[in-house]
Amino acid sequence: MSRFRVSIHIVPRRGILDPQGKAVTDALHSLGFSAVADTRIGRHVVLDVAAPNAAAADTAAREMCDKLLANPVTEDYEIAKVEGV
Amino acid sequence: MKFGIVVFPGSNCDEDAYHAVVDVLGAEAVYLWHKAHDLEGVDVVLLPGGFAYGDYLRAGAIARFSPIMQEVAAHAQRGGPVIGICNGFQILCEAKLLPGALLRNAGLQYISEMVRLRVENADTMFTNRYEPGAIVRMPIAHGEGRYTADTETLDRLEGEGRVVFRYVNAVGEPDASGNPNGSMRNIAGIVSAEGNVLGLMPHPERAVEDVLGSHDGLALFQSMLARVSA
Repeated sequence: MSRFRVSIHIVPRRGILDPQGKAVTDALHSLGFSAVADTRIGRHVVLDVAAPNAAAADTAAREMCDKLLANPVTEDYEIAKVEGV
Repeated sequence: MKFGIVVFPGSNCDEDAYHAVVDVLGAEAVYLWHKAHDLEGVDVVLLPGGFAYGDYLRAGAIARFSPIMQEVAAHAQRGGPVIGICNGFQILCEAKLLPGALLRNAGLQYISEMVRLRVENADTMFTNRYEPGAIVRMPIAHGEGRYTADTETLDRLEGEGRVVFRYVNAVGEPDASGNPNGSMRNIAGIVSAEGNVLGLMPHPERAVEDVLGSHDGLALFQSMLARVSA
């Protein structure tokens, strides 16, 4: 068993109103960043997990997202990085 | 009839619910600690409002793993009545006992105010003492009450008469002006497919006496008394 640091991005699903993201988009526009079309604000979860290899750590993290870390009704997730520690 | 009021770390409407059920309705009630494995023979399970587990991760996401929730799910599967108010509704959605999710209010602010609701289905075990289409007043107090589900789920809820309460404006219409939190289709409360699990964001237990500004929530508890004891 090795240890892996798994970074997960969880964001509100596209098409679902993200009022925080909208407020931030408006603020960015008022600062002159008019090129910003959309902002989604979510969570960044970092796990420290034991697994035989990186692929197994990735699979375990996906299962954790499906069961707890993300809400399947409203959120999408992405395993951003798996690195040995 | 005996109510079981589940107490999670962070529940804060448990005593309001107890008062409504025992002092006003005149039924029995016991508190059920979230770590308990036994419903103590209660007829109705009530998940009260509050901030169970500090709403960590998402409102209701951690609470649904409390030991008592397995018993609550089994009770619901047997057809036993379950009512989730506010945070209790969020927990029922996270536990998949009700469809959909409750997201941050569209206006981002926590809202504590009296709202108007229309009784959309007066033929449930929770609403049979209301007139169909009645406009009632109950308070809301939440930051995450924006009911959200996919279109298919929303259509099914509507088609099966499972939208029980809808937010409405001063003239009783469910438009944007009467929608405090941006809930899809102004949905304030829904029941499960079998009709024995109710979740709603407004607080009927805080609207059971005139001194509270409304007694319109009392009929909800009286409905259960009529149906469950019968």
